[in-house]
Amino acid sequence: MPLKFDTPAGINPIDRQNVIGRPQDRLDGPLKVSGLAPYAYERHDVAPDAAYGVMVGSAIATGRIVHIDAADAEAAPGVIAVVTAANAGPLKKADSHTAKLLAGPEVEHFDQAVALVVAETFEQARDAAKLVRVDYAPGKGRFDLAKEKDGAPLSPDGFAKAASKAGDFEAGFKKAPVKIDQTYSTPDQAHAMMEPHATTARWDGDQLTLWTSNQMIAWSVRDTATTLGIDKSKVRLVSPYVGGGFGSKLWIRADALLAALGAKATGRAVKVALARPQIYNNTTHRPATIQRIRIGADKDGVIDAIGHESWSGDLPGGGAEIAAIQTRQLYGGANRMTAHYLATLDLPEGNAMRAPGEAVGLLALEIAMDELAEKVGVDPVELRIRNDVQYDPEKGPSVPFSSRKLVECLRTGAERFGWDRRNPKPGQMRDGRWLVGMGMAVAFRGAPATKSAARIIVDGKGRVTVETDMTDIGTGSYTILGQTAAEMMGVPLDHVTVNLGDSNFPASSGSGGQWGAASSTAGVYAACVAARAAIAQKAGFNADDADFVDGHVVAGNRRVKLGDAAGPDGVTVVDQIEFGDLSKKFAQATFGAHFVEVGVDVETCEVRIRRMGGAFAAGRILNPKSARSQVIGAMTMGIGAALMEELIVDTRFGYFVNHDMAEYHVPVHADVPHQDVFFVDELDDKATPLKAKGVGELGICGAGAAVANAIYNATGVRLRDYPLTLDKILEGLETA
Amino acid sequence: MKPFTYERASTPAEAAAMAAAKPASRFIAGGTNLLDLMKLQIETPQHLIDVNRLDLDRVEPTKDGGLRIGALVRNTDLAANKIVRRDYAVLSRALLAGASGQLRNKATTAGNLLQRTRCPYFYDTTKPCNKRKPGSGCAALGGINRGLAIMGTSEACIATHPSDMAVAMRLLDASVETVSADGATRAIPIADFHQLPGKTPHIETALRPGELITAVTLPAPIEGRHVYRKVRDRASYAFALISVAAIVGPKGQRFAFGGLAHKPWRVEAAEKLSGPDAITASVTLGAKTTPQNAFKIPLLRRTLGAVLAEA
Repeated sequence: MPLKFDTPAGINPIDRQNVIGRPQDRLDGPLKVSGLAPYAYERHDVAPDAAYGVMVGSAIATGRIVHIDAADAEAAPGVIAVVTAANAGPLKKADSHTAKLLAGPEVEHFDQAVALVVAETFEQARDAAKLVRVDYAPGKGRFDLAKEKDGAPLSPDGFAKAASKAGDFEAGFKKAPVKIDQTYSTPDQAHAMMEPHATTARWDGDQLTLWTSNQMIAWSVRDTATTLGIDKSKVRLVSPYVGGGFGSKLWIRADALLAALGAKATGRAVKVALARPQIYNNTTHRPATIQRIRIGADKDGVIDAIGHESWSGDLPGGGAEIAAIQTRQLYGGANRMTAHYLATLDLPEGNAMRAPGEAVGLLALEIAMDELAEKVGVDPVELRIRNDVQYDPEKGPSVPFSSRKLVECLRTGAERFGWDRRNPKPGQMRDGRWLVGMGMAVAFRGAPATKSAARIIVDGKGRVTVETDMTDIGTGSYTILGQTAAEMMGVPLDHVTVNLGDSNFPASSGSGGQWGAASSTAGVYAACVAARAAIAQKAGFNADDADFVDGHVVAGNRRVKLGDAAGPDGVTVVDQIEFGDLSKKFAQATFGAHFVEVGVDVETCEVRIRRMGGAFAAGRILNPKSARSQVIGAMTMGIGAALMEELIVDTRFGYFVNHDMAEYHVPVHADVPHQDVFFVDELDDKATPLKAKGVGELGICGAGAAVANAIYNATGVRLRDYPLTLDKILEGLETA
Repeated sequence: MKPFTYERASTPAEAAAMAAAKPASRFIAGGTNLLDLMKLQIETPQHLIDVNRLDLDRVEPTKDGGLRIGALVRNTDLAANKIVRRDYAVLSRALLAGASGQLRNKATTAGNLLQRTRCPYFYDTTKPCNKRKPGSGCAALGGINRGLAIMGTSEACIATHPSDMAVAMRLLDASVETVSADGATRAIPIADFHQLPGKTPHIETALRPGELITAVTLPAPIEGRHVYRKVRDRASYAFALISVAAIVGPKGQRFAFGGLAHKPWRVEAAEKLSGPDAITASVTLGAKTTPQNAFKIPLLRRTLGAVLAEA
């Protein structure tokens, strides 16, 4: 019987915070640092005789495969099979995918898979992959967003509606005494996670098992079954350890399909990992955006009209980067509009990456706010406070935020950082060869939650096991789920075993969109509530009276060891959390404030982050240690987005040119200074029974804009086109 | 990676003779560049001659007060060498500005001189590149070229040489010692070692087929302040947009530049001028820029200003 969360959470065992809310080491930490946590490509235990598959990617961006000549590849030493669309059997495209995972005869983008070569060794497969000769009939393509954006229609409604409005934006903007009207751009970006997309596949009869690197087990079982045209019950996905995903592994990719096809063709287990240079064009990426922001305010900076339009592109049938969504809820103002337009581009598939929407929307919006602050002569922190709103400003006061501690984040963050030492006039602070500047920006990210199930097993010794298909993509899921069970069942954390990432386990939310922590801990909570009831009943307690504490079930004067209460056969229950309409009655989001000090070399214009700090409010922080790690990682991604991350499009050939880690830059240690992370105390009783919200993506939201604003404060050069590379600053200083 | 045969040489002359006997061979030392290129089939040698066991890993003073650096001295060891740090600080700094600690542990002195360009089209076998496939065209000319060369370019190639170490070697007037299959040795001035692309961008050095680098010799130290300033898109582990190696001392000033050309760039005539404006104008005389890489000229001027102020 699912636990329906449709009224605010009251006092419950989580509030004891014996285990939850305390900094805990990762349960999987020792396995990770000793190399004992096996990743998908290393499953020698389940597939000791696996053959090796190497993907062949398309050499053209658009057009058709005329003919594939695999004779030389098939004759090469060690080669067992060459799989192409021509011999793979019928394949369908799952709704999650915009482009097909195996091209043929049409090619939809550069490096789309056209073949898989399977051989006895990896080296043989890689060599033979170069022997597959593909004749193409190249087509024409559209690759330049700036050219294609004019006349682009509104995107289809997807995760968010394409457009929104309240009041009369045009009229409000027209009469506003102070106006900001600027255009900003963000480039295509790559997830650049450490572990490549990788899968080991094995068929046992008609039963397929994929040991793969994946964020969303249930979705991916569904999509695997759809793609192969088999029943979901015939597919098992196992993904207990994931070396980063950032949205790139929300769905199966070519490695999973090709491994399954290769295993089918050879009758062997087959493993496939995408080579690093293939990942950038074969898989998904965050689409580039062009954003126009208009803000109309009074002379004190109080916003009356705010409009945010964003253009991005994708393959036919794809979706938009929803860069304007935060502008729907972040600041007040009676007259509002947002819109997402979608151009058709024949670049690789655009899709979710690290806080899709807000991460790039705030890169633009929070520069616009800095520009407004300067124009009205109001401190940027104070400007945000003046425009704070405690309800959804598109819907009005009838839809308040469930919790919104933005002002506390702004004040606390500013104080911890020493914001009052900032000189509002740009170009005034100097430290040797460095121009020094401070900037800030707001962090905002939605707080969605979704149904999530778990199994709880309590054995006769009082040990607790949690099983759910939830994934841990480096985020710390193992630990917070263990903490939840430990708190609920009244046992220490080391009495809890957590098993994740297997489709044989009950279906969870999965990891994505910052919803995993809130949803999956609520699912474990629901299962624990059921387990408590079952154990209480079994041991003859009145379930409503029984408490679970210190390894015992306690009611009145009666105190029974948990293991004894569970009995020699133990107790196993499965249950699920389901969310009612609290998220409709209340706006739900997470908030924060970023503060950054940069140095800009007065001659070379190189930018170095000198200090970075932030304060964040995201409900109950379940594990302050791993939450801090999440936020500093996300802030680091914000540095990358601000200063260096860019998939560079060659609009002649239609592909991302810098497709390796040497040329697609992400921050190195030397780019990242000390980062101060402070969590504002908050319990959100309308979010989940744990009063918790996700925090994984909040830290990236706004971080890059704080860097941009700090560069402006340091130099007086206002940059609106990311990444903010030194040549752009140099041009500004040379023309100043 | 194509299958290849492998043998290990025990003397430099033997290595050169092995290479002469098998034209489609390559010497392998650290392998930090060659192995990547082989995996991508940009380099497809049929035969590898492992020179790692050769007795070429010492740094020794020369009779005329200079320093002889064995071809196999690892970048990490050379950067940390006491004599280098004291007398050739610009070389130590250039080495430490390059790559990462792990790569410098493997990379050798000779291999560093011979590393291939990082032009993205060179690395993509689906695209034209005259350096990789002579006559196929240059995708970089009308393509993505923000990081590429502005000096000494040709219609065939605008690639840069990626080495930091080589820029310092050029500044120091190093010479490259080699041995050929017949046992003959010669010393090639570093100014002549790397070639401009011209119509043959696939020919990158003055080395003859099978010729093996045995050492790099530095003349006696040059008194003055040694500076290596590398400007790049992140704080570490990135190739230079531009770099400046400089010695400024009582007997004058000298400069060499990375990130500008197909070889370490030095214009001796510019060294008699004073001030960053005049020096930059002289160094970049005849520059061919694109809208993407034109910033390298003002960046060079500004960086030179910073270097001169520091020196």
